[in-house]
Amino acid sequence: MDLRLSSATATDAERSAVDALLGLPDTRWEGGDREDAADARIARTGAVQRARRTELLPVLHAVQKAIGWVSWGALNYVSLRLTVPPAEAYGVASFYAMLSTEPQAGRVIHVCDDVACRIAGAGAITDALRTQLGEHPSPSGACTFLDSPCLGLCERAPAVLVQRTGLDADLAIAPASPGHVPGLLAAGLSAPDYPEPVESIPQAAGPDRDKLRLLRRIGVVDPTSLAAYREAGGYAALDRAMDIGTQALRDEVTASKLMGRGGAAFPTGRKWSAVAEQSAQPHYLVCNADESEPGTFKDRVLMEGDPFALIEAMTIAAYATGCSYGYLYIRGEYPLATARLAAAIHQVREAGLLGGTDILGRGFCFDIELRRGAGAYICGEETALINSIEGFRGEPRNKPPFPVAVGLFAKPTVINNVETLLNVLDIVVDGGESYAAVGTPDSTGTKLFCLSGYVKMPGVYEVPFGATLRELLDLAGGITGSKRLQAIMLGGAAGTFVTEDALDTSLTFEGTREIGASLGSGVIFVLDDTVDLLDTLTRIAAFFRDESCGQCVPCRVGTVRQEEALVRLGRPSANGARGDDKALLADLAGVMSNASICGLGHTAATALSSALKAGLLDNAFQRADAVRTGAAGAKSATTSAEEER
Amino acid sequence: MTAGTRASKESVDGPANQDEGALQSGHRGRPSSGVESTAVRGASRRRLPIIASISRLIDVEIDGKTVRAPEGSTILDACAGLGVDTPTLCYSESLAPVNACRVCVVEVEGSRVLVPACSRRVEKGMVVSTDSDRVRHSRRMVLELLGSSVDMSLAGPDVARWNEVYEVDAQRYGPPAPASAAGERDRRRPGHHEAPDGLTAANVAQPVKIDDELYIRDYSRCILCYKCTQACGEDAQNTFAISVAGRGFDATIATEYDAPLTDSACVYCGNCIGVCPTGALMPKSEYDMRQDGTWDESKQTTTRTVCTFCGVGCNLDLHVQDNKIVRVDSPKDHDVTHGNLCIKGRFGYSHVHPAFPGD
Ligand SMILES: Cc1cc2nc3c(=O)[nH]c(=O)nc-3n(C[C@H](O)[C@H](O)[C@H](O)COP(=O)(O)O)c2cc1C
Ligand code: SF4
Ligand code: SF4
Ligand code: SF4
Ligand code: FES
Ligand code: FES
Repeated sequence: MDLRLSSATATDAERSAVDALLGLPDTRWEGGDREDAADARIARTGAVQRARRTELLPVLHAVQKAIGWVSWGALNYVSLRLTVPPAEAYGVASFYAMLSTEPQAGRVIHVCDDVACRIAGAGAITDALRTQLGEHPSPSGACTFLDSPCLGLCERAPAVLVQRTGLDADLAIAPASPGHVPGLLAAGLSAPDYPEPVESIPQAAGPDRDKLRLLRRIGVVDPTSLAAYREAGGYAALDRAMDIGTQALRDEVTASKLMGRGGAAFPTGRKWSAVAEQSAQPHYLVCNADESEPGTFKDRVLMEGDPFALIEAMTIAAYATGCSYGYLYIRGEYPLATARLAAAIHQVREAGLLGGTDILGRGFCFDIELRRGAGAYICGEETALINSIEGFRGEPRNKPPFPVAVGLFAKPTVINNVETLLNVLDIVVDGGESYAAVGTPDSTGTKLFCLSGYVKMPGVYEVPFGATLRELLDLAGGITGSKRLQAIMLGGAAGTFVTEDALDTSLTFEGTREIGASLGSGVIFVLDDTVDLLDTLTRIAAFFRDESCGQCVPCRVGTVRQEEALVRLGRPSANGARGDDKALLADLAGVMSNASICGLGHTAATALSSALKAGLLDNAFQRADAVRTGAAGAKSATTSAEEER
Repeated sequence: MTAGTRASKESVDGPANQDEGALQSGHRGRPSSGVESTAVRGASRRRLPIIASISRLIDVEIDGKTVRAPEGSTILDACAGLGVDTPTLCYSESLAPVNACRVCVVEVEGSRVLVPACSRRVEKGMVVSTDSDRVRHSRRMVLELLGSSVDMSLAGPDVARWNEVYEVDAQRYGPPAPASAAGERDRRRPGHHEAPDGLTAANVAQPVKIDDELYIRDYSRCILCYKCTQACGEDAQNTFAISVAGRGFDATIATEYDAPLTDSACVYCGNCIGVCPTGALMPKSEYDMRQDGTWDESKQTTTRTVCTFCGVGCNLDLHVQDNKIVRVDSPKDHDVTHGNLCIKGRFGYSHVHPAFPGD
């Protein structure tokens, strides 16, 4: 491909940021500036050159990190180095919220204003920042701020992520408060002492400590030391896996009836067998650590607290399915988990348990590459994730074909969630049958739940499948705030709102299905009756509008119309009639769930529909109408709701 | 070998096999991408002409009638065989399907969600409904959502007919929001948007982009069907001057940094114009006449001829009004061009017209 670039050139700093990752260009074709006459006749094209496109997102990350934005000159240089047309590179750069294609301040403070943080005082942080920096901070200033979707720190809401240019790592701060603002804006911002992940596991300090399985090493085994991990029994599972061989290993996983924990609840054994049986080579393994479903933080706690276990589990999965290369795709907003995993991968590689050709002396070779997302919820969808790794826009693919047959680089690909993979360790050591003895016949093993909102001890909880919603609330110390339950968001923003009468639902795949809900990513977000649910739902509608990839009409336009209709619903209505907009919302829910390409569109209306169906917004509507009929006709619905608290 | 299996062979196995070398010699020994991903996109999309006589025929049930369709053909093909009218917007016979608009969806027994007829291949024993309530509802909504956010007035008679058939009411979303300022939609930040007030319906209205005398881009009419990017990219021109940029409702068709076409990689083949279904991309000659109110298709004749510039043999359709060429297209069903041309064939006709009155 012959690239045609504009005259914008990269600065030295931009070039060295790119070269630091890719090495120096070795020909003029790739952006070198040699005057050698022979060099001028070298053209690098074809499959080999196009294959470099997979480096696109890492390189754009590097430029963003070094310069604070992706300039036209830098983009041109990246295009040259990777033989990607500049328009397409721009299409990719402009897809991600953590990359900026316009100059911006060197420090970007992302303030989470999502469901859990907005009821925990996120607004006050934004207000303080606005007071200090103004509504639209100058791009040439030191700091700017942006609202952010859930940062995966909901148990310590409200949360803030500081994205920094230059050598300093990004920082996550939670709980944050307006009191942090002067520090955030000051020049020498130092890294916080991150709370240890075990602090996010209330059970670890209680009588249930011994019952923990997936969480048992967290807070006990040093997450920064491979030696400590091995001393605690680490890598025994891989050893046993290799003893029993790939077929028996897959049989154990099938016998365990392990179901995917990423939201789609697909049987892992079936997925693994499907890939193992594909004759096309090579096979790829992808660990989906993009955890961005609002209210979800379990994978973060696992990765921060037990990174070696994930690496071992990925190695076992790769062995079982014949993969020699794996990608660990982690969301871009997880600085601590990313650092711990990078360090862990390094140690494991040094120890010859990754990267070599003879892991544990069994002639098996496997390596893992850590990839960071860049602020796009949709990249958690497995085929969008694949496109993102390949260097394309994170747009989901139409299925079929499924990734097990045609996945990453068009090869058979296993994609599993972090929690799913971690379960494999115990399955290997204890055997599939004994694993399946825990839980219910159709939902085996234990499950992690993310409790946040109005509960006494928010955090990650591990229980055998079958525990009820009520039991989980009790474990978390019960409802706080007014102590009167208004609703629970179950499964995430793509999940359902349930009320009091669902408290005895058994939290299993089948139990939730029975009440028309789903486990989703294990979110249990609790709202007391003071929370303005209309506000929560408006945030969720805005979330889907922001995170739609834009590919298909039902979701691209449907999420916009859904948000507009919801805003209208919250307005005072002349006669209390909201029929038109309710009908509109039902119509939108229909087309999005039936005709969208991917799960984002399919579920974008689920939470709102469930809340409307349960009558959860009726109070808000009445309040809005009361304002209209009352003396203070001009007041908005939100103010009146706030006053009632 | 049947045409059907050949189609999938070429798109999946072919490039993948070629790429084996690339995988081994990829950068720093890493696995590599590129051709393979093209193949994936192609796997569900690219189709070879189907020669019924050498294809295995399989039975499919559509709306209660059994049809025999060649293996490898799509539900859309099978529907066409039955004379069932299926609305399509992002589909074109000359391009690989992207399944983006979703107006062609049908119900397939056993599938939880509706499936796009334009790309889903028929399978033995498939039971398809093309006129169920769910299908009609989704088609209506897709047309409404587009109608309420995009100027569809030049999208042609088919769209107007489907709007009738599916009882589309694009007005029920409220009055349109005012048009965006020039370039504003090109600079929106992914993941962020202004909260709506619910009083007006968001839309893509914006000023027309006029960078030169050859063609204009009126993205107020853009339904984001991806056809132009495909025609500019891997499906025809291989220039990749334009791409989808941004995200969600703020996604646009754009050159890098919204550069004017004249500063982009565009070679003015006009192949994007040829595939655009809504009149968003239009020769400047046509645009000017429409602005002047002189464009009148009833006064136009179309003459098919062969381009005289080189020896390739592209066919041209010359649209002539008042003895002047007002637009040049190329027939989509022609073996040589499949609707594509180069700058000379599409825009190089001014020599036909006298430079001075009386010449
Ligand atoms: C919009 C969307 C976002 C998703 N995000 C995630 C995610 O962050 N993490 C995850 O593991 N799965 C996510 N999934 C589910 C994945 O597509 C996929 O089903 C999962 O990674 C498979 O792994 P499992 O079988 O181990 O669950 C998402 C799906 C959709 C539709
Ligand atoms: S449903 Fe939404 S996120 Fe999924 S492909 Fe369609 S537009 Fe993209
Ligand atoms: S005229 Fe040709 S090169 Fe230019 S954008 Fe259109 S298809 Fe691409
Ligand atoms: S400009 Fe035309 S061809 Fe391109 S995406 Fe928009 S509507 Fe489709
Ligand atoms: S971190 Fe703010 S809602 Fe999850
Ligand atoms: S025509 Fe089938 S999805 Fe657009």
